[in-house]
Amino acid sequence: MNMHSTFRILRFDPKKDKKPYFQEYRHQPKPKDSILEALKDIRNEQDPSLAFRYSCREAVCGSCGMVINGQIDLACRIQVESLQSDLIVVEPLPNLEIQKDLFVDMEPFWAAYREIQPYLQPEGDVPEKGHRVEEKKMEKVFQYITCVLCACCYSSCPVASRDGRYLGPAALAKLFRFISDPRDSRPYAALKKVDSPAGAWGCDTVFRCNVVCPKSVRPADGIEGLRRKLVAEKTKRIFKRKP
Amino acid sequence: MISHDLLIVGGGLAGLAAAMSADPKLKVAVISKVHPLRSHSVAAQGGINAALGNHPNGKDDAWEKHAFDTIKGSDYLADQDAAELLCQKAVPLMYELDHWGVPFSRFPGGVIAQRPFGGAGFPRTCYAADRTGQVILHTLYEQAVRRNVTFLDEWLVANLVVGDGKCLGLVAYELGSGKIHPLPAKAVIFATGGYGRVYLRSSNAYINLGGGIGMAYRAGVPLKDMEFVQFHPTTLYGKNILITEGARGEGGYLINNEGRRFMEDYAPKAMELAPRDIVARAIQREIDKGNGFENQYVHLDLRPLGREKIEKRLPAIQEICLRFASLDPVDTPIPIQPAQHYSMGGIDVDKYGASPIEGFYAAGECACVSVHGANRLGGNSLLEAVVFGKIAGEAASAFVKTGSFPDKPQKGVAEEAQRFFSKVKSLRERDTGENVFKLLDKLKLLMSDKVGIFRKGKDLQEALEGVTELKEESKRAFIFGSCDRYCQELVVLTEFDYMLDVAEAIIVAALAREETRGSHYRTDFPVRDDNNWLKHTLLTWTEKGPEITYRPVKVDKYQPQERKY
Ligand SMILES: Cc1cc2nc3c(=O)[nH]c(=O)nc-3n(C[C@H](O)[C@H](O)[C@H](O)COP(=O)(O)OP(=O)(O)OC[C@H]3O[C@@H](n4cnc5c(N)ncnc54)[C@H](O)[C@@H]3O)c2cc1C
Ligand code: FES
Repeated sequence: MNMHSTFRILRFDPKKDKKPYFQEYRHQPKPKDSILEALKDIRNEQDPSLAFRYSCREAVCGSCGMVINGQIDLACRIQVESLQSDLIVVEPLPNLEIQKDLFVDMEPFWAAYREIQPYLQPEGDVPEKGHRVEEKKMEKVFQYITCVLCACCYSSCPVASRDGRYLGPAALAKLFRFISDPRDSRPYAALKKVDSPAGAWGCDTVFRCNVVCPKSVRPADGIEGLRRKLVAEKTKRIFKRKP
Repeated sequence: MISHDLLIVGGGLAGLAAAMSADPKLKVAVISKVHPLRSHSVAAQGGINAALGNHPNGKDDAWEKHAFDTIKGSDYLADQDAAELLCQKAVPLMYELDHWGVPFSRFPGGVIAQRPFGGAGFPRTCYAADRTGQVILHTLYEQAVRRNVTFLDEWLVANLVVGDGKCLGLVAYELGSGKIHPLPAKAVIFATGGYGRVYLRSSNAYINLGGGIGMAYRAGVPLKDMEFVQFHPTTLYGKNILITEGARGEGGYLINNEGRRFMEDYAPKAMELAPRDIVARAIQREIDKGNGFENQYVHLDLRPLGREKIEKRLPAIQEICLRFASLDPVDTPIPIQPAQHYSMGGIDVDKYGASPIEGFYAAGECACVSVHGANRLGGNSLLEAVVFGKIAGEAASAFVKTGSFPDKPQKGVAEEAQRFFSKVKSLRERDTGENVFKLLDKLKLLMSDKVGIFRKGKDLQEALEGVTELKEESKRAFIFGSCDRYCQELVVLTEFDYMLDVAEAIIVAALAREETRGSHYRTDFPVRDDNNWLKHTLLTWTEKGPEITYRPVKVDKYQPQERKY
């Protein structure tokens, strides 16, 4: 499939343009090129004003989430050839405002992340010889630590798109990562915050996040986990209160 | 104009570590051209070294042995006091990182797991599967969020401003607004990472252009040991994505087209786990001799590990192979070739991160303390970034509280900002000229061709001429169209001039060093020469080109010996 392809890319500069528009570029990608490599070549050779985020080019930094032929993914991990199409449509992540071209405003995503207290809260000072945690217990968090915070899940989530207050899959899964960590000792009160429609109960369980996640995190598992935890804690409390 | 006490440039491991140790009472901000979590540190895979002695074969390990391995690995060019400090601090640091939340893999008994790495006498590399950089970077960022650190994300620093030997502040381009800001500060720490993308084949992120190193150089800070460029033995053929040394640490073999573990010819004892300089040269030699595949690569065979071990210990490597090479290392060997990987040289600082310019500090890959000397051991650079990042944060904070400062730093910084502004304006006004991306490609090709693993005087001379030509061409560069906000062309243009200085520094230092040491291999001077060359190279920027001086290496305990593995 080594011929010219058409790249139809969404362009928008809110400071200059009235509305977003598509611009087409003819470009012949090298064999095995990723979408990111193709975008870079188009920018370098045809139009240096084309703006998009990137850094690692190996699907680990979370910069390059975008919509490629209708699918949300990281541009660096999609091979042009794998699309088997000579028309490639590239759009910015949905649910987030366009700052310029494929740059979107990630602030709502980061705000949700900050909201859940995204840090380990262990008890006391650093233990002299470190924490003792069996691998089996640690494994509970391994599923979630591969998250690169690319916002692909947040962008695909129907709840986040209709309700700006909803924290979204990545932040909620992150919270579950911390409360599952055997070293964490955050109080129940910290969980109360997500005991709401803006938190764990907001999820519509359509699992778009699990499907789009480029790192196979399955964020919805974390949301499920949070719900179980909330219910268990409540039951515990009710029973404790009984005479 | 907002004044800061301390500005930290870089949101990778070194920058975040500095932010964590900076005095919270000071006005501090971390500036990064990408969101901190997009920093290159996130890509580190294999692990971080500390002599914890948790491995069954590592019970006798001690930080002194880690220091010795580091010094020997450096081909005796590391400053021994600094290497000792690094290794001593490593042990408590692992427990601190664990306490902050790093989800290290574990051994039975619940202690932090460790794996063998190249050039190490004991298995001492702590890891979280093969995502060590990602989890440490995320953890430090989380802790920075907890401490309410101020971040200026997607701001490119364009100049370091110095007056009368003192640091005055910075000039920065804010991508989101397109504005140019003067940023006066009492102290500045650079944690801007390496210059990998000066080379065509590099394991580094696209953003690792190395501008920070060039900026410091231009502002009058010397660069040290720039000739020492690490080439990693095993990067994926085609994309040059790193395949961690941990893959060999876990038991992977290097195989040539005769099906033989050729390392037995080069390092019969250490085999695949000899230090990187030795393994990288061995691979390149095999390829050059015709023992490679398609004259381009050899095989890294992980099949001996079996499916379970690969999926548990090297899941990200498996994912990379599946995604980027359409092969599963469980049943197919990985095609690999060496590529540029790490910058041993950098901004000249002492073991407190302080440079000769008062108030200016540097830490992490952009700095040269030097703990890695002529060759860095795997697992030592994440360690260096955090240890010396923290030290620099403390030292710079102490300086802010006790130092004496110029009266009107604002003036100098504002003038420099104006100069940058005019430069950008004139770039924009030109409607024709050189495309900076093309110039960058030329530079990369030149460096990979002439300043690679094997070097000789003639090639280096030609490379120097090439850079001089590129400097001329770069004067004719221009900005296409009317790009002001999120203008990545401006980012690359700004960094490119500094990259030319960095490239020139590498070449000049390499040409001068007429011996072979660590990663610096001169085919025309193939042996180490301690009588003449056991010394650090220092380069100072002048109008006429780099001025070379030398400084003795700090040798106290360990006298240089021949390096055998
Ligand atoms: C693929 C790979 C794997 C590795 N694996 C390991 C490993 O297993 N173990 C190990 O010890 N080491 C490893 N290393 C090396 C190690 O990752 C790096 O040396 C280390 O992470 C560097 O950290 P740093 O903080 O100095 O720089 P970086 O993480 O590169 O951060 C640099 C920061 O500076 C910012 N910046 C740069 N220039 C500017 C500017 N002009 N203006 C504003 N901001 C700027 C960037 O945005 C970024 O935030 C690996 C390296 C690579 C390439
Ligand atoms: S560039 Fe890092 S995830 Fe794509």
